[in-house]
Amino acid sequence: MKHILLIGLVLLLLAFVPSGSSPRGIRVGSKQFPESDILGDMLSQIIRSTGEEATHLSVGGTTVVFDALKRGEIDLYPEYTGTLIKEVFSNNPQASQENLEALLAAENICTSQSLGFNNSYALAVRRDTAEQLNLESIEDLAAHPNLRLGFSNEFVDRDDGWKNLRKRYGLTHQDVAGMEHSVAYRQLEAESIDVMDVYTTDAQLAELDLVLLKDNLQYFPRYDAVVLYRSDLESRFPGLVEKISLLEMAISPDEMRKLNAQVASREVSQSQAAAEFLNDKLDIKTQVKDPSVAARIWQRTLEHCDLVRRSLIPAIFAAIPLGIFAAKFPRVGQLVLGAVGVVQTIPALALLVLLIAPVAYFNFSTLGAGSVTAVVALFLYSLLPIVRNTATGLSSIAPEYIESATALGLSSKFRLLHIELPLASPSILAGIKTAGVMNVGFATLGALVGADGYGQPILKGIRLNDTGLIMQGAIPAACLAILLQFFFEYAERWLVPASLRPLASGEVDVSRS
Amino acid sequence: MIELRGISKRYGAHLAVDSIDLECPQGKTQVLIGTSGCGKSTLLRMMVGLVLPDTGTVLFGEKPLTEQTISEVRQRIGYMIQEGGLFPHLTVRENVGIVPRFLGWQSARTNVRIDELLELTQLSSAMLDRFPRQLSGGQRQRVSLMRALMLDPDVLLLDEPLGDLDPMIRAELQQDLRTIFRELGKTVVLVTHDLAEAGFLADRITLLRGGKIVQQGEFADLLEHPVDDFAARFVQAQRPVFS
Repeated sequence: MKHILLIGLVLLLLAFVPSGSSPRGIRVGSKQFPESDILGDMLSQIIRSTGEEATHLSVGGTTVVFDALKRGEIDLYPEYTGTLIKEVFSNNPQASQENLEALLAAENICTSQSLGFNNSYALAVRRDTAEQLNLESIEDLAAHPNLRLGFSNEFVDRDDGWKNLRKRYGLTHQDVAGMEHSVAYRQLEAESIDVMDVYTTDAQLAELDLVLLKDNLQYFPRYDAVVLYRSDLESRFPGLVEKISLLEMAISPDEMRKLNAQVASREVSQSQAAAEFLNDKLDIKTQVKDPSVAARIWQRTLEHCDLVRRSLIPAIFAAIPLGIFAAKFPRVGQLVLGAVGVVQTIPALALLVLLIAPVAYFNFSTLGAGSVTAVVALFLYSLLPIVRNTATGLSSIAPEYIESATALGLSSKFRLLHIELPLASPSILAGIKTAGVMNVGFATLGALVGADGYGQPILKGIRLNDTGLIMQGAIPAACLAILLQFFFEYAERWLVPASLRPLASGEVDVSRS
Repeated sequence: MIELRGISKRYGAHLAVDSIDLECPQGKTQVLIGTSGCGKSTLLRMMVGLVLPDTGTVLFGEKPLTEQTISEVRQRIGYMIQEGGLFPHLTVRENVGIVPRFLGWQSARTNVRIDELLELTQLSSAMLDRFPRQLSGGQRQRVSLMRALMLDPDVLLLDEPLGDLDPMIRAELQQDLRTIFRELGKTVVLVTHDLAEAGFLADRITLLRGGKIVQQGEFADLLEHPVDDFAARFVQAQRPVFS
């Protein structure tokens, strides 16, 4: 009993040790795709060249990053004007390229001028198709209704995507397939589709020598790259905004495409590509030292353990009492079990995104290693196995033990602590074990909302189609899960009474002889 | 010492105990006997408050058993069931010492009492650090008896205590139980379905059937003057070993 109290105390302390790595200096955000990450790296390096510290956080989708900027969790990030109009200010029909600055100012956000390239949507075809059918612009497609179109799923559904594009240009094509963006390139190359949607700075455009069809009706909005920063940035770091403005009109579409291609082909690391560009084009000298793979994995391991520790331990402390409650009051207990069961059925991504608003409301950090969003989601997911195993463990104790304890005149509290919980301990520990292993796996999904950990290399690897990078997250995550399993098996020797464990070899079990 | 007055208990449509009056006098061994499902165990469990009667009163030393008195009364009762009901995660010492621990005894006091009981139940002190599953059936029952006697209770309630033992061990334990009962002069209520065991241990015997008392009194009376056909058949069902 005493050692259980001690372990409990140590665990509790452990759960509330603050996270090791909190972002330092100026926080640069970016969205989780290569181009945004490269621009984020450029910004961080420019800041560092002024002598300030900078942390680059690769965060998530538009809403997540923009909200993080509004709340001040990040100080600046690269964005596209079209995205601001179509997504961030989508509720405002008056939003346009012209009044964007004013709309942002109302949110205490400033914007740079265009960085020099427009990363808009465009339709692309293979050069041979273009030459054979004499295709130059989108309206030329109308004459060839049998062409096979393959679009990214997003493009099929968006208001500024296929739906209205076909109306505007009077296109009648029936053979339209939705697919993943990188898959569409493969299909086009393999000639199983003829037309696809592209981003105008996609690395593959040059690689596959594709022809972009002109948008003569100016259907696609402009997606000029800009840098958004908080309006207090200049007062906090005088002179910094001027440095950032060095990037204005500095990157041509071709240069951006080249940078994307360099990173995609893995010739150089993302930060090296950024550094070379800054050096060649803007004469900004920066020191980039990419940490070794081992150092990176170690860093990710610390971040991952942080997420697991801060979610699993509180879950244990919350779930065991809930399980006891569920066992003692079966009717209300069904509600408890039902509630934690429902949480389990919410898809991870949905739960994570739903939690951003409440977590931000209470001013907790939603990003990085300390992402409370991910911690809360993991906490909720970890409850069910522990609550259920505690409740089942307690209610499946043989009635004669409960009866003996009652007839001996033991109080219900004493009975719970000294008889029932020890008898249920194998089941409770099994629940904790399940929750722990699940938690390690689920924690990788935290990267979707900007949490650190093994999820970051996995997610980035998926986006860059880089199996090696995926493995840098996936293999350690699997190892960590196995390690945790071993740890719990070892803990079992301490926590589960010897006589409730399977017999050691050579020990005689008289009762069964 | 323990008295049941007008006790009935119904489980759904089944009337398990049907208006029973029963007295267990001080210092005597009262045996409840009958076929399975006759209500004998239910009566015993009512005496320690594990089952509450629908109607009627359980008197313990003249005072009625209520929610308020039950925890105090339980400390004056030793209760022992078939298989012993020993807690599998506790050693013999911890099982026997669980109530003193609950009551906050000094360990020296507990150890003195354990030594006395080891002698009484003729168990070796080597058993103290074993877990129940490392004991034989007979040893388990002796440990269970130790636990029941720990607080030197006024009353011992035993529910088929020897039900699951092989005949030799059973005979030995019957002998020891009788000696202990006599020596300590406790009020004992024992439930069994074994007529020979009842005859060997009982001062008074009560035969039950379908939740009702068929016959009660001296053991010899039951053998020689069964009150009805059922009592006669119950007595004759015990096959004589030598004819």
